[in-house]
Amino acid sequence: MSRIHVNTTINGDATDYLCEAEDTLLDVLRDQLDMTGSKEGCASGDCGACTVRLDGRLVCSCLVLGAEAEGRTVETIEGMADGETLHPLQKNFIDKAALQCGICTPGILVAAKDLLERNPDPTEEEVRYWLAGNLCRCTGYDKIIRTVLETAAEMRGAA
Amino acid sequence: MKFETPQTIEAATALLAADAGARVLAGGTDLLVRLRAGQIEPSAVIDIKRIKGMSDITQEDGGWRIGAAVPCSVMGEHDGLKAAYPGVVEGAELIGSTQVQGRCTMVGNLCNAGPAGDSVPAMVAAGASVRIAGPEGTRDVPVIDIPLSPGKTSLAKGEFVTSVFLPARPARSSDAYLRFIPRTEMDIAVVGCAVNLSLNEDGTVKEAHVSLGAVAPKVLDVPEAAAALIGSKCEDAALEALATAATAAATPIDDKRGTVAFRKDVSGVLARRAAKLAYTRAMGEKS
Ligand SMILES: Cc1cc2nc3c(=O)[nH]c(=O)nc-3n(C[C@H](O)[C@H](O)[C@H](O)COP(=O)(O)OP(=O)(O)OC[C@H]3O[C@@H](n4cnc5c(N)ncnc54)[C@H](O)[C@@H]3O)c2cc1C
Ligand code: FES
Ligand code: FES
Repeated sequence: MSRIHVNTTINGDATDYLCEAEDTLLDVLRDQLDMTGSKEGCASGDCGACTVRLDGRLVCSCLVLGAEAEGRTVETIEGMADGETLHPLQKNFIDKAALQCGICTPGILVAAKDLLERNPDPTEEEVRYWLAGNLCRCTGYDKIIRTVLETAAEMRGAA
Repeated sequence: MKFETPQTIEAATALLAADAGARVLAGGTDLLVRLRAGQIEPSAVIDIKRIKGMSDITQEDGGWRIGAAVPCSVMGEHDGLKAAYPGVVEGAELIGSTQVQGRCTMVGNLCNAGPAGDSVPAMVAAGASVRIAGPEGTRDVPVIDIPLSPGKTSLAKGEFVTSVFLPARPARSSDAYLRFIPRTEMDIAVVGCAVNLSLNEDGTVKEAHVSLGAVAPKVLDVPEAAAALIGSKCEDAALEALATAATAAATPIDDKRGTVAFRKDVSGVLARRAAKLAYTRAMGEKS
């Protein structure tokens, strides 16, 4: 069994790991690199709990092979806070109770951050469509959508 | 399972020709789902994304060539392509979520050979072709000839698709794709319909192509429906004849997502709406 040696950049740090060809990026993150922030909700691309950014694009890490990350840049929820300082989205999700069990939260935060970087002033409809691939079993979405919109306004004000 | 990242088309075809159990990997949004579910057990996965040119969108002979590894989100961000073929781009952009868009390709959608692939009808209506590379060299094949039946394509051993070509269209041309799904996002088309039109200077339809998805074992080209539009300005009578022909051409199955009668009816409704949309867009080009 020859494992594949992968060199990649995760949250700005050069990282390397050995993986099997079948291993997904999500498997590698969680089981080998102890980055358990990304969750596995479905393993079929439907729920978005495993969302990461790969070369600047949102993807489901359950539908990326670990070996595909060679030479690429990966951004996960673990890279979202700046040291002890939470990203405004993270802080507001806590303050405004935009989560219950929290399984969907890392994926939603990574996806919402990407949206606000592309479009600092999205409409409610744009937020809802952007996050359509992030399922939440608990909240009913309303607090999530409102918190993203309120954070967008706050970040525009601060800029 | 082996994981291969060929850097050239020749290396990829050699790997595919040497191993009947090898599968091409583009965005992986079908392949990895099936792999993880244990539905397929490939001996090797051939990632084509590192082959030069495979991720490019380029103009060619007045038309557009789209590499087989171009994710649909990149198509949606390409202003030139969107202006030239809004219907093809809107079909591609309907696939999955934001996360799926970042990976999925039109060629993967086509080669998956599902009857409901959202990007396929607009490619068929556009008269698009794909370039296929194989051990014997390359050949160009109309998109409609790639899928044979659910899950089956006409690609031979060792072959893979390297790009899609959307041909040049005259002025006053446009296209549209619409699908019906029970939700607003993230679902499989119950019916999909694409219409591609070119108009005369007086606004009458000169050339038309109508294609239906999800209502037969593979995508349909419906020349009878297209013929109903020729010479018209997409007035009600022409749209009625178009809808009747589309309904007649659909040969869907009954399943939990729609009955035969419903799917046939919706084929007509979507054909009418897509024709109006394509017509409005084609007229817009005048100004
Ligand atoms: C959550 C989710 C939602 C989805 N929603 C939709 C939807 O709304 N509409 C829709 O149509 N589809 C949908 N899909 C299915 C899928 O995303 C599309 O079919 C997509 O276009 C496949 O492209 P890909 O690049 O990911 O293909 P891959 O998974 O990489 O490949 C698909 C198949 O084609 C073969 N293949 C790929 N590229 C080539 C090539 N260049 N030459 C030869 N063979 C090749 C592969 O070997 C494989 O058999 C969805 C999937 C998921 C996970
Ligand atoms: S675990 Fe990846 S989308 Fe659900
Ligand atoms: S908070 Fe439980 S799934 Fe969203």
